[in-house]
Amino acid sequence: MSGRLKVHDIAHARAGDKGDISNVSVWAYDPKDYPLLKSQLTVERLKAAYPRLIRGSVTRYELDHLHGLNFVLRDSLEGGVNTSLNLDSHGKSFSYLILGLEIESA
Amino acid sequence: MRRSVRIGCGAGFSSDRLDPAVDLAQRGGLDYLVFECLGERTMAFGHRDRMLDGSKGYNPHVAQRMRAVLAACRKNGTVVVTNMGAANPLAAAQLTVGIARELGLAGIKVACIEGDDVTRQMGPDTPLHDRDGTVRAVGLPVVGANAYLGAEALLPALKAGADVVIAGRIADPSLFLAPLAHRFGWGLDDWQLLGRGTAVGHLLECGMQVTGGYFADPGFKDVPRLADCGFPIAEVGYDGGFVVTKLPDTGGCVTTATVKEQLLYEVHDPASYLTPDVSADFSQVTVEQIDTDRVRVGGADGQPRPDKLKVTIGFDGGLLAEAGVSYAGPNAQARARLAGEVVWQRLSRNNALQGDMRIDMIGVNSLHGTAHEPETDCEDVRLRVALRSRRREDIDTMLWEVEALLCCGPAGGGGYRGSVTPCVVTHSALVAREQVRPTMRMFTA
Repeated sequence: MSGRLKVHDIAHARAGDKGDISNVSVWAYDPKDYPLLKSQLTVERLKAAYPRLIRGSVTRYELDHLHGLNFVLRDSLEGGVNTSLNLDSHGKSFSYLILGLEIESA
Repeated sequence: MRRSVRIGCGAGFSSDRLDPAVDLAQRGGLDYLVFECLGERTMAFGHRDRMLDGSKGYNPHVAQRMRAVLAACRKNGTVVVTNMGAANPLAAAQLTVGIARELGLAGIKVACIEGDDVTRQMGPDTPLHDRDGTVRAVGLPVVGANAYLGAEALLPALKAGADVVIAGRIADPSLFLAPLAHRFGWGLDDWQLLGRGTAVGHLLECGMQVTGGYFADPGFKDVPRLADCGFPIAEVGYDGGFVVTKLPDTGGCVTTATVKEQLLYEVHDPASYLTPDVSADFSQVTVEQIDTDRVRVGGADGQPRPDKLKVTIGFDGGLLAEAGVSYAGPNAQARARLAGEVVWQRLSRNNALQGDMRIDMIGVNSLHGTAHEPETDCEDVRLRVALRSRRREDIDTMLWEVEALLCCGPAGGGGYRGSVTPCVVTHSALVAREQVRPTMRMFTA
């Protein structure tokens, strides 16, 4: 299969927050899809996709044996729950921002 | 003692469900039932409640939870451990003693853990850890400050045979680690075992988030009987290996996927998850589905604990007002957008208005609008105006302007609602361990 697909088609994710830092873990359903996820869902890709939202650095941690990636997005919660007026001030819905990205399958 | 320990989670946040906790108390065969009910901001609200009424400041559901589980816990030999004391553990402990007596459970021992409240040690010149500057620079009144205590603070109560342990600010995983360390005699410098016990606590502390809650995505991640989801149980061995499961005949699911998602929930570097007890390492954790709704977890590790304790300082953040009007049908988005422009124009003219304001269209851009321009032909849109301010008159002005849209705004707007919510702001600081002295008092019903 080749063409464009959404991360949501091959992975699941969960978002958490601490202060103004959001973390989103992304997990391949099928270990076979993990290399695709790892090669396409890069720090650069995330920063380029949402420059207005992610104002700080992005760090990616890789848990290869569990087929998952953990993204730490600094300065990305509009100030965090203290100051954000976003309806979702914790960024609970950010997991679906990443799952909504399109990737190119080989 | 080499028998495995069964530990369950009866609440993963302040407003968590009650009936699955009762189910665990009655049918769980548990050694320990932990209620984790204290977020960073929940504590600040507790301090505010206590300022208004010195007998309050604990979790508002303490009485309901204790009434619902104490008899079953006593019958089954289950010890209750909780941070529901929040900003007033003593009052929560006394309330619990009274409830135990009402229920005819004479002799129940209720321990109260204090010493986390370090409000008096914080001053205007206290440096902050999560931002530049000092407490003074925040420019808001302090409502209270609490240090995160570790498992160590709970051990005296468990050693003294408490049936119920009520604390305030204890690090969430420590509520689970303490009973394990107590029962297995783990040393408080055995970093590997503390790391493993912390993994138990981390996976269980959010309740159903490991048994199918915060997980379902219909057609992709289906969860059976989500409405009847069960709370989690860990069966822990003396070497810190454990199985995550739930009661039979409850809804939800425990799979490698639910466990993996929760493993990194609110975790940054998986190799360095800091608690007062240990720097836990989850980077080599393994998960294995050994049966339906049973996942074996291994491989957690640990390094020496941080030198200092984290303190959360709560500040009075004023008020948050939210108001909305809805538009539906043809051209709904354009009408809602115009309504927002009208509110913005009128409130911008009023130079006296203080605070931050935000205008969204629910159904179009209220959640991800900051990240990207959404494209949708949604014809059921709600204008949302949010204002945070410390001045009540500004809050009232905004609410009035949004309500006035009903007659003065675009065509076909309806369903005005407005609400005002008190806000707190939190920041963190660090404190030397020697400056924090946990205490334990035991009461008998």
